Amino acid sequence: MRHRRNWITCSIVALSLALSSGWTAAMAQDKPRSGGELLFVVPSEPPSYDAHAEETFGVIHPIAPHYSLLVRVDPFDKTGTKPVGDLAESWTISKDGLVYTFKLRQGVKFHDGSEMTSKDVKASYDKIIFPAAGVKSLRKESYRSVEVVEAPDAYTVRFRLKYPESSLLLNLASPWNWIYKADLLAKDMHWYEKNVMGTGPFVFVEHVKGSHWVGKKNPNYWDKGKPYLDGFRAMFMSSSASQVAAIRGERAHIQFRGFSPAERDQLTTALGNKIAVQESPWDCLNFVSMHHEKKPFDDKRVRRALSLALDRYEASQKLSKITLVKDVSGVQVPGTPYATPPAELEKLAGYGHDINANRAEAKRLLREAGVPDGFSFTFKNRGIPHPYEPIGIWLVDQWRQIGLNVKVETIEASAYHNMLKRGDFEVAMDFQCGFIVEPDLDLARFISASDANYGKHKDKVIDELYQKQARAVDPEERKKLVRQLEKRLLDEEAHVIWTLQWHRIIPHNARVKGWTITPSHYLNNQLDTVWLSE
Amino acid sequence: MWKYLLKRFLLMFPTLIGVAVVTFFLIRVIPGDVVELRLAGDRGAASDAAIKMERERFGLDQPLWKQFGTWIVGVARLDFGTSMWTGSPIWDEIKLRFALSLQVAVMATIVAVVLAVPLGVLAALRQDTWVDYAVRIFSIAGLAVPSFWLGIVFILTFLIVFKWLPPMVYTPFWVNPWQNMLQLIWPALAVGYRYSAVATRMTRSAMLEVLREDYVRTARAKGLAQRLILVRHALKNAMLPVLTVIALEFAFLIGGLVVTEQVFNLNGIGLLFVQAVAHRDYTLIQALVMLVAGIFIFVNFAMDVMYAWIDPRIRFR
Repeated sequence: MRHRRNWITCSIVALSLALSSGWTAAMAQDKPRSGGELLFVVPSEPPSYDAHAEETFGVIHPIAPHYSLLVRVDPFDKTGTKPVGDLAESWTISKDGLVYTFKLRQGVKFHDGSEMTSKDVKASYDKIIFPAAGVKSLRKESYRSVEVVEAPDAYTVRFRLKYPESSLLLNLASPWNWIYKADLLAKDMHWYEKNVMGTGPFVFVEHVKGSHWVGKKNPNYWDKGKPYLDGFRAMFMSSSASQVAAIRGERAHIQFRGFSPAERDQLTTALGNKIAVQESPWDCLNFVSMHHEKKPFDDKRVRRALSLALDRYEASQKLSKITLVKDVSGVQVPGTPYATPPAELEKLAGYGHDINANRAEAKRLLREAGVPDGFSFTFKNRGIPHPYEPIGIWLVDQWRQIGLNVKVETIEASAYHNMLKRGDFEVAMDFQCGFIVEPDLDLARFISASDANYGKHKDKVIDELYQKQARAVDPEERKKLVRQLEKRLLDEEAHVIWTLQWHRIIPHNARVKGWTITPSHYLNNQLDTVWLSE
Repeated sequence: MWKYLLKRFLLMFPTLIGVAVVTFFLIRVIPGDVVELRLAGDRGAASDAAIKMERERFGLDQPLWKQFGTWIVGVARLDFGTSMWTGSPIWDEIKLRFALSLQVAVMATIVAVVLAVPLGVLAALRQDTWVDYAVRIFSIAGLAVPSFWLGIVFILTFLIVFKWLPPMVYTPFWVNPWQNMLQLIWPALAVGYRYSAVATRMTRSAMLEVLREDYVRTARAKGLAQRLILVRHALKNAMLPVLTVIALEFAFLIGGLVVTEQVFNLNGIGLLFVQAVAHRDYTLIQALVMLVAGIFIFVNFAMDVMYAWIDPRIRFR
C-alpha cells in the first residue's frame, strides 16, 4: 500500500515537472526575444518619404518603423479599430465632443537626440490639416471638423472641433499621420519628402532605389525594451513570383500586403511547419459603378436587377479558392464594430440566399424598366489579374444569366483612373482600400459631391445620412444610421453594386512573432512589437 | 580615315534628335496620367484640387510645344530633369540600375564570346561530323529557349533541389565581389547562353564561307600551319559579322532584359523601364529611351570604327 502511494506521489511529481518544463518551454517560446534582422518584401516602392503626401503602402511598409503617431491602432487588435496611445500617454474628450486633449509622453527623443514636444505634434497636424500653399496633404478633407490644433504647454496637444465627429479619434490614429520635427518643417515644408527624422523604434540607415531600405534599432526608443529586432531590411520586389520565391528560399520572412490563395498553398506545401499563415477580411473591395447619366443605368430598377443577379454566396465559396476575395459583406468589413449582422445583410437586394427568386425579380425589374431581353452593354474592367479579372468574369457570367449581353473591355491598369474620372463607361469595376475600417472614411466617396463618385449619382438622402452618422456620438445610433445609408446605397437606389470583400492572406516565416494581421495592409507596420524566435 | 569617322560621328546627332522628338510625343499618346496614378494610390480616389496642383508642379498644364521646348533645352545641357514619380534627379534613378545592367551585359557577353567563338570555329572545321551536329544542337537549343525561361529553371532548381536562392539584393562588385557574383552569375549564364547561340551560328557560317576563299586555299598551298591560317587569315576575316551580332546584342542587353530582371529580381534598367511606363513617368521614360538609343548609336559608331580597323578596304572606300 505504502509502495503504491510512493509510486503515485512520484508520478504526480514527475508529471508536474514535465508539465512545468513544457509550460516553461512554451512560455520561453512566447516571450519576446531580442535580436535579429527582419527581412520583408515590399511589392511597391515609396515615391517620396512623406506619408502626409502619399497614398501607397509602398511608403508605409518600409518607412513607418522610423516614426511614431500621436495615437495608433492597437497592434494586437485583429479588427484594427481600437485606438491606443503612441506619443499620447492619455487623452480626454469634452462632454460636447468638441475638444480632444492629449497628454504627451515625456522624454521621447527624435533620432537626432532632440526632445519631442507638443510643438512637433502641432506642426505635423497643421501640415496635415491646414497645409500651406504648395504643400500636398492628401487626407486633409478627413479633418474638416477640426478648427484649430493647439499646444498649450510642452506636453499637451488640443484639437478644437467645429462640430462633434465620432470618427476623429480613430482618424487621428491614421497610419499616415507621422509626427515630424517642427524645426525641420519650419525651415522647409518639403524636407520630409527626401529625408527621414522621426521618433520611431527604428533609425534610418539607407535606401537604395529599386532595391532595398534598411533600418536599425533605435536605442533611445521611449518604450524601454523595445524594439526587439536589431533592425529590418525591406526589399522592393514587384513580381509576385519573386516574392513567393524569396519567402520560400528564406531570403525574406514576410510580405505585409498579402498573397493569393494559390501562393499561400504553394508556400505551405513547400515549407510545412516553417510557415505560419494569418488571414483576415481585407478592407479593400471591388464594387461596380454604373454611370447614372447613361441609359438605362439612370433607372434604379436596372441597377437593382444587376445586383439581384449575383449569387454572392456561391461566389464566396468558389472565388475564394482562386483569388483574394471571400466574405459576403455590407459597407463595413465583417467582424468590425459597424459591420452588417448577417441577418440584416440577407434582407438587402441580391443578398438573399434564394438565387432563383432573386433572378426572377431581376428579370421582372428589367422588363418593368423596358430593358429588352439580350440587352447589350459594355463592362470595363481593370487589367489586373487579382482579383479584378476573376471577379469580372464572374460578374459577366451572372449578368448573362438574367438575359443581359455583356461585352467586356479590359483597360490597362495605368489608364484606368483616367477612364473612370472622364466618366467614359456605362458599367465599370471600381475599387477602394481603406487604412482603418471606419464608416466616415469608407463611405465618404459615396456622397454626391465626392470627386470619386464616378457614377455621378445625386442623392441628398445619402448625403444627409452620411453627415448624421458622422456626427452621431452614440455608437448604437450611429450603427442605425450606417444601416440606413447602406440600404439606400446598395438596395433601394443601388447606386453601386458590392461584390465580395477582399481577403488578406499573409503566409510568413514561423519565426516571425508579435505581429497580428488586421483588415488593413496600412496598419501595424511600426514593427516595435515584432520579434524573431530562435 | 578621319573623314570617315567624322562623318559617322556627325550622323549620330540627327538620329538622337529624331528619337527625342518621337519619344516625347508618342508617350503622351498613351492613355494614363502620372499624377492621377500617384495620387489615387490604393484607395482609388484623388481630389481634383490635388490633381490640379500636381499637374501645375510638373508643368503638365502647359501646352505640349512648351513642355517639349523646356525638355529639349535641358537635354542639350545633359539635364534630364527629375522623375515625376519620385521627384529625384533622373541620373539618381538611373545610375545604380545602369551599373547593374552594364555588369550583366558584360558578363553575358563574356559567356557568349567564350562559348561562341571556339564552338563556331570547331563546328566549321569539323563540318558534318558529330562535333558539328553537337554544336548545332547546342546552339539551336539556345535560340529556342528564352533566357527568362532558363532563369526560371535555375531558380526552381535552386529552390527545390538545393533549398537555396541567389541573393535578392544587389551588392556592387567593389563592395563584396562574392555576393555580387553569387547574384549576377545566374542571369549572366541564362542570357549568355541564348546570346552565345546566336554568335555560335554566325561564327560557324562566317568561318565556313571564309575557309572556302581563295586566299585560304593559297595559304594552305604555301604550306602555312593550320593554326596560323585559322587565326591570321580565316578568323580575322570571319569576325566582322560576328562582331556586329555581339555588339548589337550587347546594346540590347542594357535595356532589354525586362523579364529576366523580373525573374531574378534584378534592379536593372529593363525593370526601371517597365515601372516608368506603368507610372507614366514621362521624364524618366524619355531619359531611358535616350539612354538606350544613345548606347545603340554609340555601339554602332564603335562598330564602324572597328570595321575600319579590321578591314582596310572600308576606310579607303
